[in-house]
Amino acid sequence: MTAAVKVLSSREVYRDIVAELLPRDERMICLDTDTGLFGGVDFGAASNRYVNIGIAEHTLMGAAAGLAKEGRIPFVNTMAAFACSRAIEAVKIDIAYNNLPVRIAATHSGVSAGHLGPTHHALEDLAVMRTLPNMTVIVPADAASTDALVRQALALPGPVYLRLGRNATPDLPAGPPVKLGQAQVLRQGTDITIAACGSYPVLAAIEAAELLGAEGIEATVLHVHTVKPLDTATLAAAAGFTGTVITVEEHWRTGGFGAAVAEALTELLPVRVHRLGLPDRFVGVSGSQSYLLERAGVTAAAIAERAKSSLKG
Amino acid sequence: MSSSTFALPNTTSAQHLADLREVTARIREHVVNMCAGPEGGHVGGSMSLVEILATLYFRVMLVDPQFPASPDRDVLLLSKGHGGIGLYATLCEAGFFPAERLADYGVHGSSLMAHPNTDVPGVEMPTGSLGHGLALGIGFALATKLDESDRRTFVIMGDGELQEGSVWEAASVASSQKLDNLIAVIDRNGLQITGGTREVNDLEPLADRWRAFGWRVFEVDGHDVDALTGALSAEPEEGKPTVVIARTVKGKGLPAVENQIRSHYAKLGDRQRRSALAALRKGQRS
Repeated sequence: MTAAVKVLSSREVYRDIVAELLPRDERMICLDTDTGLFGGVDFGAASNRYVNIGIAEHTLMGAAAGLAKEGRIPFVNTMAAFACSRAIEAVKIDIAYNNLPVRIAATHSGVSAGHLGPTHHALEDLAVMRTLPNMTVIVPADAASTDALVRQALALPGPVYLRLGRNATPDLPAGPPVKLGQAQVLRQGTDITIAACGSYPVLAAIEAAELLGAEGIEATVLHVHTVKPLDTATLAAAAGFTGTVITVEEHWRTGGFGAAVAEALTELLPVRVHRLGLPDRFVGVSGSQSYLLERAGVTAAAIAERAKSSLKG
Repeated sequence: MSSSTFALPNTTSAQHLADLREVTARIREHVVNMCAGPEGGHVGGSMSLVEILATLYFRVMLVDPQFPASPDRDVLLLSKGHGGIGLYATLCEAGFFPAERLADYGVHGSSLMAHPNTDVPGVEMPTGSLGHGLALGIGFALATKLDESDRRTFVIMGDGELQEGSVWEAASVASSQKLDNLIAVIDRNGLQITGGTREVNDLEPLADRWRAFGWRVFEVDGHDVDALTGALSAEPEEGKPTVVIARTVKGKGLPAVENQIRSHYAKLGDRQRRSALAALRKGQRS
């Protein structure tokens, strides 16, 4: 009998990379805000470079900026909800304005905090973070893409927002190598482009393409993990070929990934962009991440329906 | 190495005191001149800062104007960024850039804005939104501890600034992290834009508040450079950050606006500029 391999959440994959690399790289320092993520990690001789400052997210971002200014590479840890709202002024002024190499690990993104409720959901973080000059915004979709993207982001000279989930989510099917800044082309079609961001949205996009394929509609599927800088070239090439684009994300429809795609494409092409995401209201019910997304219409069926109605119309 | 090693020699000599008085007089003149520039400036909170800044740059901190990013330097963060013109004047007196450059203050396209930024030589971090400096200072102080260096980080805050919650969040983190290389200075001029701090949002008992947060507290006359030197150069108390509450007068040196809320920001006409400079010279002689 073989033991099942435990699928890790993106936050756990991130944690393991920090645990692996921090002892080897004197510049790295891990600042924590009582998240508990590093509970089982022994940093050994480097334990003075793991600092838990308590529940203090503004101080987290400010202190990280000071450390980065002094040549350190801080990995700071909090929930996405707190990184993008409570601590945002320190992120803007202290980190982004100074273009400092702080890595903001924002866990529990989207509705992955589930029944913890709207206080712990982050459905505005992409809208907020992508407006900040100098900020790189990364949204891994599974364990493998988290591993690839966190490692590739290590060398970036400026700040990075890592949008991580709380829960283990299924692996994406094998595809071309995940490269920071480049949309991953998971499927090529001729009729419509589905560009998705984040774990469940990408899985839903893949499934939707299969549903559409069964009806003779061939979809291109793009896994867009880097929201900023956005891979406009790949998006425009796909849109130019297929026409209509559907974006899918675990974020309020306002200002997020779909909005970024629409902003970019409308300057380049006369193409329709449909944005699937969470509607403009707080998610005021209990539920798991997948339940809440289904309830909000971020599903394969909804993507397929939208594709068909758009192609008809 | 003890922190007092950084203090310049002969700090109590009459000659040195006289020199520093000349420096503070020139800083005040620069501030007045900048307030007569195209945009005006935060005159009151810059004048209250002058002895604090001059003491730090001329007596306490180890800095090298030729090499502002020297890894051995002490760090100053002007968390009350609206004291920017006071900082610019002090930096140019300390040799970070020529005094002529102050004429660029407020001019279109110039990096000399009301609030400091890192395009200005000697400025460590942009500041202006209140309540940021102490958290930044924690980062510098943590880095210094990791380096096992005895560099110090100074953070100057306004007293009104202490109404920001982030200050107290950081104050608690600093003492919990035992950052005895971190020194906060409060420019306690007692005024904010709409009135006295006591009327708007009382800070007292201020020293007790800091003690309760685990800090060592010194209270000094913020215009007495010897008292400031003593407090700012004191040996660290192991495991405790230090705060120096410097009692100051907003608009110090300009009797027309001293200790008045209207001193917060002023755009001086040429006549006002000349009369302000005359008042400074008169105060200097007395």
